[in-house]
Amino acid sequence: MSAAELRSLSAREAAEQIRHGHLSARELFDAYREPAAADAAAGAEGLNAYTWVADAAPADAPADGAPLAGLPLAVKDLFCTEGIPSQSGSKILAGYRPPYTATAVARLQQAGATLLGKTNQDEFAMGSSNENSAFGPARNPWDRERVPGGSSGGSAAAVAAGLAPWALGTDTGGSIRQPAALCGIVGLKPTYGSVSRYGMIAFASSLDQAGPFARDVSDAALLYRHMVGRDERDSTSLQHPDEIALPKGVDLKGIRLGVPEELTGEGIESGVREAFNATLALAEQLGATVETTHLPHAPHALSAYYLIAPAEASSNLARFDGVRYGLRADADELLEMYVKTRAEGFGPEVKRRIMLGTYALSSGYYDAYYGRAQKVRTKIAEDFRAAFERFDFVVTPTAPSVAFRLGEKTDDPLEMYLQDFCTVPMSLAGIPAISIPNGLSDGLPVGFQIAGPAFSENRLLDAAYVLEQALGFDGAGPRRNGGGA
Amino acid sequence: MIDRAQVLHVARLARLDLTDDEVGTMSRELSAVLDHIEKIGELDLDDVPATSHVVDVVNALRPDEPRPSLPREQALANAPEVVDDGFGVPSPGAS
Repeated sequence: MSAAELRSLSAREAAEQIRHGHLSARELFDAYREPAAADAAAGAEGLNAYTWVADAAPADAPADGAPLAGLPLAVKDLFCTEGIPSQSGSKILAGYRPPYTATAVARLQQAGATLLGKTNQDEFAMGSSNENSAFGPARNPWDRERVPGGSSGGSAAAVAAGLAPWALGTDTGGSIRQPAALCGIVGLKPTYGSVSRYGMIAFASSLDQAGPFARDVSDAALLYRHMVGRDERDSTSLQHPDEIALPKGVDLKGIRLGVPEELTGEGIESGVREAFNATLALAEQLGATVETTHLPHAPHALSAYYLIAPAEASSNLARFDGVRYGLRADADELLEMYVKTRAEGFGPEVKRRIMLGTYALSSGYYDAYYGRAQKVRTKIAEDFRAAFERFDFVVTPTAPSVAFRLGEKTDDPLEMYLQDFCTVPMSLAGIPAISIPNGLSDGLPVGFQIAGPAFSENRLLDAAYVLEQALGFDGAGPRRNGGGA
Repeated sequence: MIDRAQVLHVARLARLDLTDDEVGTMSRELSAVLDHIEKIGELDLDDVPATSHVVDVVNALRPDEPRPSLPREQALANAPEVVDDGFGVPSPGAS
């Protein structure tokens, strides 16, 4: 098979070929490594999806019988990878090579996956466009003049362009689902705690969760299956009650879908709305019932999120002070060294969020801001619990718009934050949600979000799989031209 | 509304050195974001418990068993400055 043919295989098909000896792990790795490295070398002329690409295929043959043996994996920069640059898209971690590997990555490596490269992202995962990266913006393979979404923009762009079979991302308020939607691929934000956060450079610890990007729902399930599990190094991690299965099903008979009025009204672009309504009609044809529901506190989710996440970030990012790793500014005295290092090392969005979070936690404001936001969080979780008494899943468009142009929203933080309008409520409630591509609007992909109760991933993946089969979305275009690089 | 004095106070708490321009931008942008966020002030939340964590986990304990920690040379490998097997920093100064 040619390299292009190898890249057209799904991860499952490639694994099968390797298992039967029809394909070597090295052939597959090189089929991805070469275009990935070429794209990385092209810098701003390419997609800028990668911040680091492996020099060569691993010398060791994958262990016999390992379920993911020989499958290359792209990993968001913020996952620590032993001896390999891990900067979370920030200048302040320039040159940092961690002494250990994040649990999620280590588990996939134990299952046989090999590290293909690290992917571009918004600095410390703060952003919805990948424009806040110290490495420059990643680009959308459907249209290079547009953003791939964020913060896991490099992972989404790499998978959509066929520069990786699949990838790891993280989602704090939408950072897997929104870029998946904007790039026309599948992205799953799992139940909070189901994947260890150990070794993920922290943004907002009570929200951060790792998850898979893949071309289809079955590959996403396969990758997620090998990431989950309790980890003694993350005291908030939990054992998933189910073994994650490959999705199945032919219809949605008996499935009740709730459409929350608060998240599907104003602010949704018309093309996105049309695709959403068409998918609801399709779900009904497949046997589902579709009804309007309410999440009364959802309109306040974004406000609560933009207090809780920056507050936690301001605390987590206090560790970057020029003492133990990364950048250090020249200064005669210690305090001056701290403030100069942080001024030089952090980009504007990260500074903005540190300021917002510090303000929200500061004396006299804590109860009015952080305290209230945590109470809103309780109400949002209650809203979802009530909805799931009547419905199996809650569905919304993933993002209010298709991919926007580079620079279009950089001058208005609030406008950018609204990208997370439909994804943030699920993050605050800690529940799983998946985005699948459900059509095109003006030639750009649209995403459909399905959310379920905590630990309902198997059912969620089944429903997403049935819809995916019926939708028949063709995401091969950007893969054929390698993103135009 | 967050004025320049408040921005400077918060920047000092956050250990951030801001330029004059940044203080102005920050005052404007943070005020706009907080205006939007302050809508949660309208909600009646008096008897609502706060959620700090969505997952119901209480005290994940493990036995306190000694085990090897990160070797010193690995811990120091990324340090901008190493002095006497430790992290080197500038003088804390007189103040």
